[in-house]
Amino acid sequence: MAGYVVLLAAFGIVPTAYAVYFAFTSSGNTFTGLSNFVNAARDFRYVPAVEHMAVYLVLWVVILVVFVTGLSLVLHQLPARRISRTVRFLYYIPGALAGAASVMVWLFMLDPTVSPAASFLRLLGYGTFGQVIEPGHLAILFAMIAFWTGAGGWIVVMCGALNTIPAETIEAARIDGAGGWRIARRIQIPMLRKWIVYMVILAFAAGTQLFVEPQLISEASLGVAGRDYSLNQLSYDFAFQNNNVNYAAAISVELLVVCVVVAAVFVTRSRFFDAS
Amino acid sequence: MRPARTARQLPAALLLAAFLVFFVLPVLWLLLAATKTDPQLVRDNPLAFGSWHALRHNWDALTSFQNDAILLWLRNSALYAFLALIITLVAGVPAGYALAMTEFRGRRVLLVGTLVVMLMPATTLVVPLFLELNEVHLIGTLWSVVLPYSFYPFGVYLTYIYFSTALPPDLLAAARIDGCTEFGAFRKVALPLAAPVIALVGFFSFVANWTNYFLPYVMLPESSQYPVQVGLGLLLTSVPQFNPTAGTGAVLRPELALATLLAISPVLVVFLFAQRFLISGLLAGGTKE
Repeated sequence: MAGYVVLLAAFGIVPTAYAVYFAFTSSGNTFTGLSNFVNAARDFRYVPAVEHMAVYLVLWVVILVVFVTGLSLVLHQLPARRISRTVRFLYYIPGALAGAASVMVWLFMLDPTVSPAASFLRLLGYGTFGQVIEPGHLAILFAMIAFWTGAGGWIVVMCGALNTIPAETIEAARIDGAGGWRIARRIQIPMLRKWIVYMVILAFAAGTQLFVEPQLISEASLGVAGRDYSLNQLSYDFAFQNNNVNYAAAISVELLVVCVVVAAVFVTRSRFFDAS
Repeated sequence: MRPARTARQLPAALLLAAFLVFFVLPVLWLLLAATKTDPQLVRDNPLAFGSWHALRHNWDALTSFQNDAILLWLRNSALYAFLALIITLVAGVPAGYALAMTEFRGRRVLLVGTLVVMLMPATTLVVPLFLELNEVHLIGTLWSVVLPYSFYPFGVYLTYIYFSTALPPDLLAAARIDGCTEFGAFRKVALPLAAPVIALVGFFSFVANWTNYFLPYVMLPESSQYPVQVGLGLLLTSVPQFNPTAGTGAVLRPELALATLLAISPVLVVFLFAQRFLISGLLAGGTKE
């Protein structure tokens, strides 16, 4: 117990306090109010990074919710249980490639010279790697990579949750003449709601962490993708390239506030402390 | 009846198959790419097997990069992830237990604190963590990644949920009546029952730490200290097709594919091994509501 409290303090609370402290002071340790926030926002890289994050987050969360829910419902109604299990597991495998490994794989997938989907890429009109990863495509590509590694785990969770819906409930609806689509809409999706909310919140929190994908893509693309695509990258550059930890901390604080607000919504809405 | 049913299943089957290709094809391609030479990678069918000879050659070329750097990185990753795993379990499981089964001052504060920190994006705290650890001169040491990894609020939350839903308080009361101390009740009654959730927390912690990129990227300046994830980034910048300025000691694409495979293999093994209990364990909290 004590061990955990020490860890919580040292690696949860103290860094948060540090972030807040640096965000509101100057390099000379004097209180500066909101000027770090204002100056960081005035940086030419700031607004594009916020826009990138917003587009990416929306795409990622929407794609995740739509396809995870849809695929789970389809998998759940498969008559052959063994096939359903196998497919779920195969969907789950890319989860093992989270992080840098997934970027490596997708660099190859998106390079028409070596990709197994090269003909598909050419069909879309992209003949070179540079064309595939042009800046306008990045948000959807990052969302796709995140979906590739993350969706399988959530499908496992959702299928498990669908299994907890009593068979009698579904049977009763079927006797009343409800088809598969109606059962999904009227019974299954409402019963999954808690899990979907849970997924959205965690996916959102995970999405704000975008770093490794744009970082590696920018290293691999000769600056086609800039090195300040996401806010975390910008924060990193403020701290380690521009030697301005105060601006970096201001961005950290902004991201933390966004996530804590989302967390607060989560706690109040899903009534998740009722477990005890 | 039967043809109608099949016809209705067809779109579902097509949908599932399309996604199967999406999820599995890249993994399959990666496995095969490691068995090819670079010209074969460009010229041959993407899903053709190369040769054992080429695989062997790629292995030799990869390991010669900075004198076995890849093996060193794998060892670093294993060291960081396992040390963190041990501390996570030793600190986190009793904490989850105490939060679920005992009353003490500050319990609710601790619970809310755990939850809030759990939902804070870990990467956002990396720069502040750097500043903090810089203050205590830990940057560049093993502990600068192991200690932050060891703090795993999600694990505490999972154990908390598990104990509060799956462990009947009567069982503990009985143990106490039989003369067990509070610690004895935890060790002899609760801990054996918690095996599934301990495995689950261990699994998530190991995978999360093994695949972490940003924290070690910031904390560890020396390439000899890199975990394999950061090492992959270094290899990537040495591939001429992705970085034409890469000079001598260039890495070829199949070698990068092989390195990626090596980097994920421990996680993949854990995945295959964990498949069964994962599906049941993930829902241990959910089904008992």
